[in-house]
Amino acid sequence: MKKIEAIIRPEKFNIVRDALTELGYPGMTVTEVKGHGSQKGISEVWRGRRYRVDLLSKIKLEIVVKDSEVEKIVNTIISESQTGSIGDGKIFIFNVENVYRIRTKEIGEAAV
Amino acid sequence: MKRVFNKKTISVWLLLITVGLLFNLGTVAAADPSGASTYSDSIGGLKYAVNFSWTLLGAFLVFSMQAGFAFLGGFLRQKNMLSYMAHCFIDSTFGAMVFYFFGFALMFGGSKLAPGLDSGTPFVGNDGYMLLGNSYDVQTIMFWLFQMVFATKTVSIIAGAVAERLKFGAYLTYSFLVCGLVYPIYGHWVWGGGWLSTLPFGAGVKDFAGCACVHTVGGILALCGAIVLGPRKGKFNPDGSPNPIPGHNLVYVVIGTFILAFGWFGFNAGSTLAATDLRIAVVASNTFIAAAAGATIMLFLTWAMTGYIDVPYICNGALAGLVAITAPCAYVAPWAAVVIGVLAALAMRGTIWLVEVKMKVDDPLGAVAVHATNGIWGMLAVGFFADGTYGGVSGLITGSGWQLLAQFIGTIVAMAWSFAWGFAIFSIMRYHMNLRVSDLVEYEGLDIHIHGTPCYPVESGIVSLGGVPIEEVRKADEEQTSLLERAMSKDATREKIYSDKLGRWVYALVKPSKATPKK
Amino acid sequence: MKLKRYSLSILVTCVLIASVRTALAGDPGGALTYSDSVQGLKFSVNFAWTLLSAFLVFNMQAGFTFLGAGFVQKKNALNYLAMSFMDFCIGALIFWLFGFALMFGGSKLTPGLLEGNRFIGYSGFLLLGDSYDVHTSVLWMFQIMFAATACTIVTGAVAERFKFHAHIIYSMFLCGVMYPVFGHWMWGKGWLETLPFGVGARDFAGSGVVHGMGGLVAFIAAWLIGPRFGKYNPDGSANVIHGHNLVYIVIGTLILIFGWFGFNAGSTLAVTDLRVSVIAVNTLLSAAAGAVTLIYLSYFMTKKSDIIMACNGALAGCVAITASGAYVPHWAAIVIGLIASLTTRLSLYFIENKLKIDDPVGAISVHGANGLWGLLSVGIFSDGTYGGVRGVIVGSYWQLLSQFIACVTLIAWCFGMAFLFFFVLKRLLGLRVPVNIERSGIDTYEHGTSCYPGS
Repeated sequence: MKKIEAIIRPEKFNIVRDALTELGYPGMTVTEVKGHGSQKGISEVWRGRRYRVDLLSKIKLEIVVKDSEVEKIVNTIISESQTGSIGDGKIFIFNVENVYRIRTKEIGEAAV
Repeated sequence: MKRVFNKKTISVWLLLITVGLLFNLGTVAAADPSGASTYSDSIGGLKYAVNFSWTLLGAFLVFSMQAGFAFLGGFLRQKNMLSYMAHCFIDSTFGAMVFYFFGFALMFGGSKLAPGLDSGTPFVGNDGYMLLGNSYDVQTIMFWLFQMVFATKTVSIIAGAVAERLKFGAYLTYSFLVCGLVYPIYGHWVWGGGWLSTLPFGAGVKDFAGCACVHTVGGILALCGAIVLGPRKGKFNPDGSPNPIPGHNLVYVVIGTFILAFGWFGFNAGSTLAATDLRIAVVASNTFIAAAAGATIMLFLTWAMTGYIDVPYICNGALAGLVAITAPCAYVAPWAAVVIGVLAALAMRGTIWLVEVKMKVDDPLGAVAVHATNGIWGMLAVGFFADGTYGGVSGLITGSGWQLLAQFIGTIVAMAWSFAWGFAIFSIMRYHMNLRVSDLVEYEGLDIHIHGTPCYPVESGIVSLGGVPIEEVRKADEEQTSLLERAMSKDATREKIYSDKLGRWVYALVKPSKATPKK
Repeated sequence: MKLKRYSLSILVTCVLIASVRTALAGDPGGALTYSDSVQGLKFSVNFAWTLLSAFLVFNMQAGFTFLGAGFVQKKNALNYLAMSFMDFCIGALIFWLFGFALMFGGSKLTPGLLEGNRFIGYSGFLLLGDSYDVHTSVLWMFQIMFAATACTIVTGAVAERFKFHAHIIYSMFLCGVMYPVFGHWMWGKGWLETLPFGVGARDFAGSGVVHGMGGLVAFIAAWLIGPRFGKYNPDGSANVIHGHNLVYIVIGTLILIFGWFGFNAGSTLAVTDLRVSVIAVNTLLSAAAGAVTLIYLSYFMTKKSDIIMACNGALAGCVAITASGAYVPHWAAIVIGLIASLTTRLSLYFIENKLKIDDPVGAISVHGANGLWGLLSVGIFSDGTYGGVRGVIVGSYWQLLSQFIACVTLIAWCFGMAFLFFFVLKRLLGLRVPVNIERSGIDTYEHGTSCYPGS
């Protein structure tokens, strides 16, 4: 099993979530994060002076899925959240040792 | 613009202004600018003093309503809060300037309500520009302050319906025109001694504190603006069903309602312009009773209809009652205020359904429902419930239907006037300058793009240190921004399908493209 | 610690002395002042007006609180709120004890204020004896709000790094010594008011006395305390440390303008003086002009309509018109507001970038600079229709000279006294909190809790 951690633009979050739900993967963990890669930041104004803000708001999606489904989900996320502009985000794939469902005590792939 | 504002031009202008000022020697033309000839140590003089204090305090209270309007921005999303607050704040300042320069003169010239307001026709006034000459008089100026805070309320109503998607330049333009032309001219007809106030039916059109002049005019203009501007992205689905777009802070909404209700005492009770007119007690009580009745009926209605006690609706119900009682507050008995408040809230609820579901118009704050409908209802209520105990205004309950006819005419004229001007202003602006902000700006929020800073810069503890933007980065910035613009526009026009799984409309899936490793 | 021990005994002694004179009083019940006649009703109406105006000015404290809270960082918000709240309370007590007496003794404005000379007053201590009178109480009520405003202005400029205890002592000093003495010169029939040029220096509702003093003391305080950690880089360039909530800033401005109606129009102390309407309108027009000027200017300069600048502009207009509101025509109020907002913008740049003084809320620029401009504007734009004050636009230059002398005196007094006071306080107590506290937030250090406990 793999955990897909996707950092995407906040404006794209609803689109990505709807697409994933349509595909059949409704479960996810969502966090609001700040950060930047090579994106230079945006320009803001305070008390009449322009200045640069380099910590930008993003959304982090975390989904745990079976190995066979990773490619389909990653491609969906990429195609739904891509704009072509710097700051679209990144996707990281992690290995998951085990998964437990708390309500039914299922273990492994059945719990995903 | 840089060419106009260099050092040499500025110094030339300063020199001209100074010379001009220096030549203005001698005494100043005025009626009674210090109050010395109006006031005297007598009953008559004290009467002036008491009425001045009452009216001025009423004006200050109405000004404080601006903070209440600003707080209602809790209905909007966090990313657009600052732009709405900017609208409310600039309304009270920019609108005041416009009203000072010529709005007041167009509205009250010829009304003879105070010194220096002598020339005008039944259709438009023409005296009192910039409060100079004979209108530089303490009475006229007190009157100006009171009327100006009313004018700024009219413009603020429109801000609620066009929030979250209007360009700032368009906002300044419509503020200028509404405060300078639309509001004053209709106001002249009703309050400035114009043709509506002298209709031969009943006592003429009676609008005590501004149902028609402020709320109907403002509400209908808001409706026109919302129609021409179009709905927010994501508000309506392809089949026309509306989506709820929740606000970001309901504490602000409740506080805003409190501040508005508090200021409404000045709005209504101050409109007697005199504390020696003891009817102010009835006016103030009617005001509050209608607010309470409107809120209470919404409490029970939402409880019955949805099982939840819906706080925003209760607040809007109170505001609906306040709007509706604005015209009849001086003319009706308290029991009538209860009826008016209850029916006002119900009318508001009905209008929200009508505007959002039937007409498919997006009104973020419910401005049209609260102000337009209840402005109309309040005017008609005068014709129904006025009991003749004040001002010779008798309505249907005393057996006379003429007042109702006059009120009806006044309302129809207000609606026609506002619709005509509203569509004209907004349509012409849409043609020339494209009213809406770009899709990128609408998605990311007006605050950052138009005002340069988010409204709540730090939600969590993470603070970003800033530096001065480097010139070389600017070109790269522009490229990236245009890429983003194109992507956002594509999103805005994407096909949507109805998803049974989610029970709502979603974007149709695009063909997923394969991710390729870089060689 | 020594100060604390002695202050209690001083207080007890004062009360004992005062209690001896309690039997004597002016007219504490109002029965002698009021009568069912035109004169009596005149008192009633004017009392009502002045008291309501005092309540409006008190409302400005809420406005300042909102405004400053929005400008400071989230971790320091509670400290600013506490300073803003407490300086009013402490200032009120000190002003009652002896500040009012120093300020208005000898002015003969109301009963019990007979003794004083051109430099200081000395009657009306603890509002006892002949000053225990309804009319004097109304005056006191109105004046304390002004003193509280002056105190609060400085709080904004020293926020986020000032020791709370140092702040308390500073409030006592300002409300007890600095503000009353200068106020006496300007309003208590002191030497500035009775200058032989024009009609003497005029400051109608306190541009100089309240705002100018607040701003200039803020200048010295912010300079001596030093900038916040991380504000200035080694090469001297300034970093932006932005506030945490802009809703508070806009709401604070609206509440302040609302209260300013009481500040200016109430300063007639009488609604039988019908000039109040002109004053109220001038206040609003100046605020409006200031806001509109800066919203356009900020757009031309940065391509963004900066609402914070518009708020600062509105307040700048209010400050400047505070001196001249009663004396100028309306078009002049607009000009005054326009120039005030431009002064603020220039001053913000100058103080932050050239003088390298860190001012979180812009108090020095909004209040100090425009306090001085307000004083000068009386000499330029007064048109002679009220109080015999004639300015340059009607051909008289002497008033401007009086106003200029008042400006110079204000600067000398504020800079001198504030420098002495803060210098001594720095040696005795230390003005700043430790650096690591400044970085992690003063709220928990000084007050035990953060401003937003749950988050």
